[in-house]
Amino acid sequence: MFKRFLWLEYKSFFRSASLGKSLGLKVLLIFLAIYFSAAFLMFGIGLYPLIQKFFPGEDPLQLVNRFVLLWLVFELGMRFMLQTLPVLDIKPLLNLPVGRRKAVNYVLVKAMYSFFNFLPLFIVIPFGIFCIYKGQYNTWGILGWMLAMLAITQCVNFLNFIIKKKFTENLKALIPAILVVLAFAALEYFEIFEISFWFGKMMDFLVAHPYLVIVPIAIFLALFKWNQINLERKFYLDAGLKQKQKDADTRDFVWTKKFGGIAPFLQLDLKLIWRNKRPKTTIYMSFILLAYGFFFYTNDVYQEFEAFYVFAGIFMTGIFMMNFGQFVPAWDASYYSMIMAQNIPLKQYLASKAGLITFSIVVLGILTTPYVYFGWNILLINVVAALYNIGVNVPILLYAGSFNKKRIDLDKSPFMNYQGAGAAQWLVGLPLMILPVFFFWLFQTFINFEAALIILAVLGIIGILLRSSLLNFIAGAYQKRKYAMINGFKQSGE
Amino acid sequence: MITATNLSKAYKGVEVLNIAHLDIPPGQSFGLVGNNGAGKTTFFSLLLDLIQPTTGNIFNHEITVSQSEAWKPFTASFIDESFLIGYLTPEEYFYFVGELRGENKADIDTYLAQFEDFFHDEILGRRKYLRDLSKGNQKKVGIVAAFIGSPKVVILDEPFANLDPTTQIRLKKIIKELTEKRETTVLVSSHDLIHVTEVCERIVVLDKGHLVKDIKTSEATLKELESYFSQDVNVGEPQEL
Repeated sequence: MFKRFLWLEYKSFFRSASLGKSLGLKVLLIFLAIYFSAAFLMFGIGLYPLIQKFFPGEDPLQLVNRFVLLWLVFELGMRFMLQTLPVLDIKPLLNLPVGRRKAVNYVLVKAMYSFFNFLPLFIVIPFGIFCIYKGQYNTWGILGWMLAMLAITQCVNFLNFIIKKKFTENLKALIPAILVVLAFAALEYFEIFEISFWFGKMMDFLVAHPYLVIVPIAIFLALFKWNQINLERKFYLDAGLKQKQKDADTRDFVWTKKFGGIAPFLQLDLKLIWRNKRPKTTIYMSFILLAYGFFFYTNDVYQEFEAFYVFAGIFMTGIFMMNFGQFVPAWDASYYSMIMAQNIPLKQYLASKAGLITFSIVVLGILTTPYVYFGWNILLINVVAALYNIGVNVPILLYAGSFNKKRIDLDKSPFMNYQGAGAAQWLVGLPLMILPVFFFWLFQTFINFEAALIILAVLGIIGILLRSSLLNFIAGAYQKRKYAMINGFKQSGE
Repeated sequence: MITATNLSKAYKGVEVLNIAHLDIPPGQSFGLVGNNGAGKTTFFSLLLDLIQPTTGNIFNHEITVSQSEAWKPFTASFIDESFLIGYLTPEEYFYFVGELRGENKADIDTYLAQFEDFFHDEILGRRKYLRDLSKGNQKKVGIVAAFIGSPKVVILDEPFANLDPTTQIRLKKIIKELTEKRETTVLVSSHDLIHVTEVCERIVVLDKGHLVKDIKTSEATLKELESYFSQDVNVGEPQEL
């Protein structure tokens, strides 16, 4: 049966509408995996000699043990953010003679082979071998320690699985656990009760009594069972639907009426952003990334080279523009044929998107004004960058949107979700930021700071003045690519 | 008046539709029947300029649909769920479509009042998004939205499928009333021969992309269609494309 499931997965991967992109992504991930494996292996081999060199009095194994807990917490965090859980589309299986337990076990066993579970082994095994040959430990003790580390890694794996599956719907249920962890962290920090030290002691004890390795193994089995029960309970069609039955939010955004012809589209876009997970995160991201300036402005290195401030300005005032604008028609992918068949002039549709993005640039521009604290030049640069974004980058992005034909499923969360991100999108991101930096640098080096500011501002203002005819031109491009877009947006799946 | 001339559509060299000439006079209730893969949805998609014809043209009231957008203000359609906006409530969706067709909120409210029994209390005022409605209810919303703003041409693909019997009967009544005034051309496709013969005054049968029958509906039409479709029962159905 496992073979069949693997076969299904293989087919779905190679027959998907965007095979090229998925393959590219896989290659990239494999490179990353090789890189991290190599890095961990080097670290694993070097660990024992390094400890001997830098902490001559310490026992290497005991020192490592003291950091095990810290590593585990870190690992759990990393897994929570990065590890994708294996998924199985259960809907077609429900009415087939496939054992529930079998399907669940497939998912769980597959999770055991995740790359994240092998990563720590690259440290544990070489370090263990060093301990056996160089140290004065009992060989059985070290073998037990290695096995225990393996089991603990799997424990973290399944703990992450449980947290992701069970608690993402109800994050509040996790609060007590988080509080306990925070409490221990605080105790550790103030050196009242050093849990990592005691955990290390426990690991030391395990080395002395290797048969105790059954404890982590038992915990691992218990977690496996918990996951199994939890997943089996979800093996129903409506299990995934439950949380959806929320009351609809019927905010109307009546104030958009002021914008005349584009009002209905503006309203629609606001609802799109407000009511769907993925576009909503672009808003949060915009506010979080406003802090990016601290990174640039506090660093004296950049004071010398002001063109970098242009980069920061374009980035901070335009982050919503890039995140949202990049996928412009794709946000409406699920009903694009309706947009095309309804009484919607393309120009107005685009004008509404441009208006929304312009509004975001103005708001973000205003929010960056406190950075004036770091110097007047920064404020001026940010204002000019905002102008440039509005006048030049908005039309460029909208035009690039006409090459967009990858559907976005609005409900999916954006974490590690590359849906809709294609080569064309990444290519478009670069000129948006590099071009203005280049113009600025050119005019600053050969004339002066003021001239560099003026050239960006003038470019922006020209773009704003020409917006109407630019939109006509872009609408033409959308018209030309219309059929390809409709067809592309119909293809669902990864 | 809808005219198709020399119209054909091919995918990778395989022809899925080929209509030499078809005229649909204004105010006609026009039914399109045929097995899966006969080209019904392809024809409607061409009429809405959602796909590009390989050869030929469609004219909607003298406008070449693939060259101008001027047909959009008087043409309304519901093909499938991709015509619905999942994150809106039904009311919001109706208001949105209304705005596109130049009707204000009050117009829409009065308009919707006449569909109260059609909606069967399951659609309006439920505070639910369209994506959370059942398939049948979604379809009702799409169909009713297609009638907003008295369009001159209404295109409905398989409007009867997925609907419960009560709603099917009500829908037939609505379509009949609409075409009585001879102002609206209604184009309907269906697999259900009984429904089409009841609603449409003219029925065109497509088979593998070709127009094989063009019937003015009469008492005998249902029999004729049934015998036509039972003759190739043993041949096996072509696949849906």
